[in-house]
Amino acid sequence: MSEKNTYLPYLMTIEKITKEAPGVKTFRLKFQDEAEAATFEFQAGQFGEYSAFGEGESTFCIASSPTRNGYIECTFRDTGRVTSGLSSLEEGSTMGFRGPYGNVFPMDEWKGKNLLFIAGGIALPPMRCLIWNALDLRENFRDITIVYGARTVKDLVYKSELKEWEERPDVRMVTTVDPGGETPDWKGEVGFVPTVVEKVAPSAENTIAIVCGPPVMIKFTFPVLEKLGFRDDQIYTTLENRMKCGVGKCGRCNVGKLYVCKDGPVFSKEELNLIPAEEY
Amino acid sequence: METKYISQSGIEQWFNAIITSGKRVYAPVNSRGQIDFKLVKNLNEVSSEYIQTTQSIKASVYPKAEVLFSYEKVNGKVNLTDFDPESVPETVMWKVHPCDAAGFKPLSAIFNWDGADKLHNAHLAKTSLVSFSCASADESCFCTSVNGSPGNTAGSDIQLTMLPDGGAIAEILTSRGGELAALLPSVFEADKGVKKEKYLVDLPARFSLEEVNTKLSKAFNSTVWKEQSERCIGCGACAFVCPTCACFDIQEDVHGSKGRRIRCWDACGFAMFTLHTSGHNPREHQSQRWRQRILHKFSYMPERLGVVGCTGCGRCSRACPVDMNILEHITSIAQQ
Amino acid sequence: MEKIRERAATLLAEGVVTLVLGYEEGTKRPRPLFCRNSESARKLIFDSRCIHNLAVYLTKKELVGKDRFAVIAPIATLRSIMQLYVENQLSEDKLLVLTVDPSGELRELVTFEDIAGYVEQFELKRGEREQEILSKIDEMSREERWKFWMEEMSHCFKCYACRSACPLCYCSKCVVEVNRPQWINPWPAPLANMEWHINRAMHMVGRCTACGACGDACPVGIPIDLITRKMMEDMAPEFGYIPGQPAKKGNALSTWKLDDREQFIR
Ligand SMILES: Cc1cc2nc3c(=O)[nH]c(=O)nc-3n(C[C@H](O)[C@H](O)[C@H](O)COP(=O)(O)OP(=O)(O)OC[C@H]3O[C@@H](n4cnc5c(N)ncnc54)[C@H](O)[C@@H]3O)c2cc1C
Ligand code: SF4
Ligand code: SF4
Ligand code: SF4
Ligand code: SF4
Ligand code: FES
Repeated sequence: MSEKNTYLPYLMTIEKITKEAPGVKTFRLKFQDEAEAATFEFQAGQFGEYSAFGEGESTFCIASSPTRNGYIECTFRDTGRVTSGLSSLEEGSTMGFRGPYGNVFPMDEWKGKNLLFIAGGIALPPMRCLIWNALDLRENFRDITIVYGARTVKDLVYKSELKEWEERPDVRMVTTVDPGGETPDWKGEVGFVPTVVEKVAPSAENTIAIVCGPPVMIKFTFPVLEKLGFRDDQIYTTLENRMKCGVGKCGRCNVGKLYVCKDGPVFSKEELNLIPAEEY
Repeated sequence: METKYISQSGIEQWFNAIITSGKRVYAPVNSRGQIDFKLVKNLNEVSSEYIQTTQSIKASVYPKAEVLFSYEKVNGKVNLTDFDPESVPETVMWKVHPCDAAGFKPLSAIFNWDGADKLHNAHLAKTSLVSFSCASADESCFCTSVNGSPGNTAGSDIQLTMLPDGGAIAEILTSRGGELAALLPSVFEADKGVKKEKYLVDLPARFSLEEVNTKLSKAFNSTVWKEQSERCIGCGACAFVCPTCACFDIQEDVHGSKGRRIRCWDACGFAMFTLHTSGHNPREHQSQRWRQRILHKFSYMPERLGVVGCTGCGRCSRACPVDMNILEHITSIAQQ
Repeated sequence: MEKIRERAATLLAEGVVTLVLGYEEGTKRPRPLFCRNSESARKLIFDSRCIHNLAVYLTKKELVGKDRFAVIAPIATLRSIMQLYVENQLSEDKLLVLTVDPSGELRELVTFEDIAGYVEQFELKRGEREQEILSKIDEMSREERWKFWMEEMSHCFKCYACRSACPLCYCSKCVVEVNRPQWINPWPAPLANMEWHINRAMHMVGRCTACGACGDACPVGIPIDLITRKMMEDMAPEFGYIPGQPAKKGNALSTWKLDDREQFIR
């Protein structure tokens, strides 16, 4: 009888560290145990608990695409005890991971549709997983539009990938920085994400909009989408509540009767309408 | 399920047989002016004059602080040592109230929701409950309003109902109960045919769960939360004494290159429970946290887990420093 | 009692205050009551069983609001109010104090000077319970004392009711919640409990007014108030200063600045 201990993490080797923006890093992680690597599966939207041994665990989404095998990636900002502990690790060192947890973006239902990705700041990671997933299965979708904004040029993450997406003929890529955040040679848009979305004015016809970002950005983007004709079941987002267990037991991530760690983190706006906005 | 009679001296002999078997026995003991479950060796240590222990028996299957696993860092590598279910000793909880025994169901429903909890289950597998039905109750008790009763056998392995002659009706309820009785089968005599109901306290129900549920389903934005919770000071007393509260924190115990990851009790009443690292707190005010406590137990748990998160033991009402009485508050919601 | 009800009702009806903090009959003993209209003032009671220290609510902005409020305060609460005033946590123009003096007269104290003058008439003495336990502890050797407190604190499960009940534990982020560095291991275990209680005592010395609210709140019966009380008794003669009974303004072991750099203490 060898029941698995949910809280026991997989041991991972940090294969590659990319500095994305001030305080923001991406880790590429490889399973130390090959058998674990072989059976590990996840889907876009899911998250995990990442351990810095000696500091504790932190929740990040899996930022790499499930279509890329053999590793997972996470992108995080150094904000507290655990994230600063992780941030001080070097390539080759060991950290922990448990997951994947949570629900997924319903990509199968989105086949044949246009996808509109709207992301702000460090909320690009959950989106990046989905974007690569969609691009790797490009024939399944029609137009793909990405609107991504950060406070300043420095704060944009995944810079080389942004460039790659920009150069792809099958992606419409719009990058923006908040007014005042631009550099002299900045060629993208200047303006807040919701304003830029309004300007880009993507058609709501047969389109799914995925919105990830800080609460204020989401708050002001939803009405813009509504104005463009998006129905609530065409809009998706992810929630980030305080988490500890990630598996529906520790009791702190619920919004009304729904648990962000089990029923989420992916919610359609239609689903959000049924739970109290006050609790996220 | 089998009903037997056990005499006063039979109870003592059987208790001693359990001790001799090497199992740990915890029972209510009066010490420092508090009645609480303690490790005992002798039946005369067990307290008799009380209505309720301050704390519930939940620590037996959900320790206050438990090591989830330990680790050691050696030359940049990490070695993990998993929790070992064999490290959990066989334990008998003696003289448990029915409302405590009933608490294992909601507790396990939380821990095993969509994924088994190895640690909790290891404790469950090693813990037997000998409950005593209740001949008395106080004004905080309300088991009969939440699907329980003074003679409820749910969760118990054996239930004793004390008789005037000092003996008891012994209901052997589970195979584990059977094994406990088998430690000294001779003292379990043939059932004398007395009805246990006669020896139970009469405790009329105070509210109907369905009614509470209907009211709560529309109560999220009600002013009742603020009205009820004004005096609540946001401590963890109610959650920590409760047999069904399961909220926990995960923490790190570090000693140089070695460490242990620890799961410890937490409470939804604490101001920082839901605080995001950004500083945003979805439950910033005590009224929101009080609402969570009530809705979780009486609305979310019934809907999501199919079990009410309250057994009516009344401990939270007794422990609260400012007399937040859950029975009073739920009754008033039912009557709104 | 009737006088307090009437006065509270009038204060509310006339709009002098928007809230009267007092006591109502509870299920076991009197409990705090927030009166927001003259009708609910009829529930008010006041007698010797009213021992909750209502000063704990005075620093909770979401409860007392922006307007002027009144609080019904026995002597222990008045001492807490004075200490909160010393720590710049209360403002005179928002607060009205109602109390009943030993002759049964209803008294209204409007300024902190009034309160200080009133409190001065009462000597801070040990009650029977405190006397009994403290004299036992005084007779113990160092080792016995350590053993006594280790045993008591082994029962602590870190519910923080003691902290929540204390009018002077108003920091928005307590030292037990700071995790960089992690001063105190946050789970309940004998040594981690001792860490918590030593820290609490150190943060209270020179501030604790010996109201006893913490010990009263502890659900597992640890006489936790006696630690801070004893420290106060030991400190007072050395510094010529009794917290809550300020002959001079100021604090024995700490200073308070309006422009403190730390956020949690404002
Ligand atoms: C589904 C989801 C996905 C996320 N994805 C990402 C992502 O991809 N990238 C990213 O950067 N961020 C992400 N986050 C946010 C991220 O989890 C937090 O910003 C991060 O955990 C905080 O850093 P820390 O653990 O170092 O914080 P700390 O504040 O140091 O916390 C350390 C530990 O102690 C606990 N803790 C800290 N303070 C308190 C307190 N006062 N009371 C009780 N416990 C406390 C915390 O829960 C934590 O486990 C995500 C969050 C969620 C829920
Ligand atoms: S909520 Fe209160 S009455 Fe209900 S089981 Fe918990 S402690 Fe007992
Ligand atoms: S209800 Fe009572 S015990 Fe529970 S948090 Fe509030 S004050 Fe503490
Ligand atoms: S006796 Fe306790 S509650 Fe009262 S001021 Fe001192 S530490 Fe605070
Ligand atoms: S109230 Fe008692 S049990 Fe709770 S933290 Fe304080 S001393 Fe510990
Ligand atoms: S993170 Fe623990 S319940 Fe959701």
